[in-house]
Amino acid sequence: MNGSMTVLRILPEIIFTITGVLIMLVDPVMPREANRKPLGWLAVFGALAALVASLYQYSLPDGTAYFGVVQTDAFSVFFHVLISGIILVSALVALDAVHPDTENLGELFALISFGAVGMLLMTSGVELLLVFIGLEISSISTYILAGFRRKTAKSPESAIKYFLLGSFATAFFLYGIALTYGATGTTRITDIATGLATTHDLPIAVVGLAFIIIGLAFKVSAAPFHLWTPDVYEGAPSPIVGLMSTAPKAAAFAVLLRIAYEAFPQLQSHWMPLLWIIAAISMTLGNLGALRQKNVKRMLAYSSIAHAGYLLVAFTVLSADGVAAASFYAVAYAVMNVGIFAVISHAGGYEDRLTLIEDYKGLAYRSPLLGGAMAFFLLSLIGIPFTGGFFGKFYVFASAIHAGMIWLAIIGLINSGIAVFYYLRVLTAAYTKPLDTSPVLNVPRASFPLLLALFLTVSVTLILGIAPDRILKGARNAAETFPILSSQQPPLNATPGAPSMAELSHKP
Amino acid sequence: MVPIAYYLILSAILFSIGVGAFLIKRNIITIFMSIELMLNAVNLSFVAFANYWNQINHQFSGQIFVFFVMVVAAAEAAVGLAIIIALFRARKTLNVDQVDLMKL
Repeated sequence: MNGSMTVLRILPEIIFTITGVLIMLVDPVMPREANRKPLGWLAVFGALAALVASLYQYSLPDGTAYFGVVQTDAFSVFFHVLISGIILVSALVALDAVHPDTENLGELFALISFGAVGMLLMTSGVELLLVFIGLEISSISTYILAGFRRKTAKSPESAIKYFLLGSFATAFFLYGIALTYGATGTTRITDIATGLATTHDLPIAVVGLAFIIIGLAFKVSAAPFHLWTPDVYEGAPSPIVGLMSTAPKAAAFAVLLRIAYEAFPQLQSHWMPLLWIIAAISMTLGNLGALRQKNVKRMLAYSSIAHAGYLLVAFTVLSADGVAAASFYAVAYAVMNVGIFAVISHAGGYEDRLTLIEDYKGLAYRSPLLGGAMAFFLLSLIGIPFTGGFFGKFYVFASAIHAGMIWLAIIGLINSGIAVFYYLRVLTAAYTKPLDTSPVLNVPRASFPLLLALFLTVSVTLILGIAPDRILKGARNAAETFPILSSQQPPLNATPGAPSMAELSHKP
Repeated sequence: MVPIAYYLILSAILFSIGVGAFLIKRNIITIFMSIELMLNAVNLSFVAFANYWNQINHQFSGQIFVFFVMVVAAAEAAVGLAIIIALFRARKTLNVDQVDLMKL
């Protein structure tokens, strides 16, 4: 492999790094009272370039780089595109929500870019060391972002909760890696499977896997490791919540998929029931918790726990269909969640003026555009046809039923029914005519970045709901990069799975 | 030559002490210290395993891991202490029981 190819395999990461460093360099040399919004545009263009670079990576042949630490395959590129897209929209939303005199504006955008580097490395890393470092880069950036409104009472509290519980989870993840290394003698994900076949210490590997799953379940806020989620989301600035409820989770799900299907396929009988239980509890506790919330951000936090549960349903299916459904659901969930937080952060502003569901009364009358977008995203979260949420849920439950997991599918479908209630509460509030006595809801005019962000999210949600074929095909190609899945399903294994298999056997 | 099991048991005990302290202690600085203890317990495991595998197949990536864990722990400490200072300035307390503006 020649040198330029090696660099291309981490091109999006490099672009995000340069963007972040550039912002950090320009920020201090700008005059103190200068408008720092151009730095936000820099972050937007960086994310756009990274998105283009990620799409370009589809044309690269599958393979590894940097001593086999980074791997570009259909799976990692799929998540690269998703995460770069989320960062692009989140940067636009943040640009809309902040004011020119918001504190530390340059650092806000730099941290978004640096966090993205970590998330991208998580998805393309095939060495647990790199995955761990990526996880930490993304986590540390989001800890700071959660506490960004540091003069308020709630924001530092949310940051400290996120930080303590996140580090706690990291320690578990790390201990899991140590035990896996002890049992198999390697920290390379692709070699762990071969190490497992010959190991004498299988119990140690099982404990290690359990710890890894615990650590990652914290990061994706799956029950029973979800308790930090509502508090963190409530205190963090809204544009950041849209980012941190989607991109780091998508990356953590990608890591979980890679570890489960590529490193521990032999232990399927061990991790499958575990994920089954986590999925069932997440869906149930998430939806029941959301029912009794009055604060919109807390409600969406519980809803994100429930969505993590739906996604985990697809994990337990053990087929290319399931992994494809999980990847597709990650896209659908990310797009609609970023979209609804774009609406919330514009209506509530960086200072979080609107918190309770009643505060949103009359939003649609004040601003038909925002109200309409909110309604659309809420319907997508419910799973109404013609939205991405519908096909996401459809594929997840179809693959579960296809694999004979009737009970999990039933639990999931009941939960989707429960979810309708709390989403509709927000929807009816937005479309209720406000009383004459109530204070006028003051919604600022939608700025260009917000319009762009809403256009992107709405159109992608619509595309997912009307013509999901292309993205589903991408998800399926992604799923078939795992050797175990492409060999299990011979008829589907026409071409896409083969290159990565060849690559595996050629590795030094 | 001390058997590897001794190191692993010590590491597991240290990790458990860290988990226990994380759950019991009420001061945020102490909780933060218990996380550091957990990370260093893991480091001990890594070194012990690296020594074990080095004798078998000369594969000791566990030692490399330890360096990165130290770096990450230092970065976490920098950010964590900054967050703790921001919290103290905003709330004048470091007791987790009083940092409870947001509840279920």
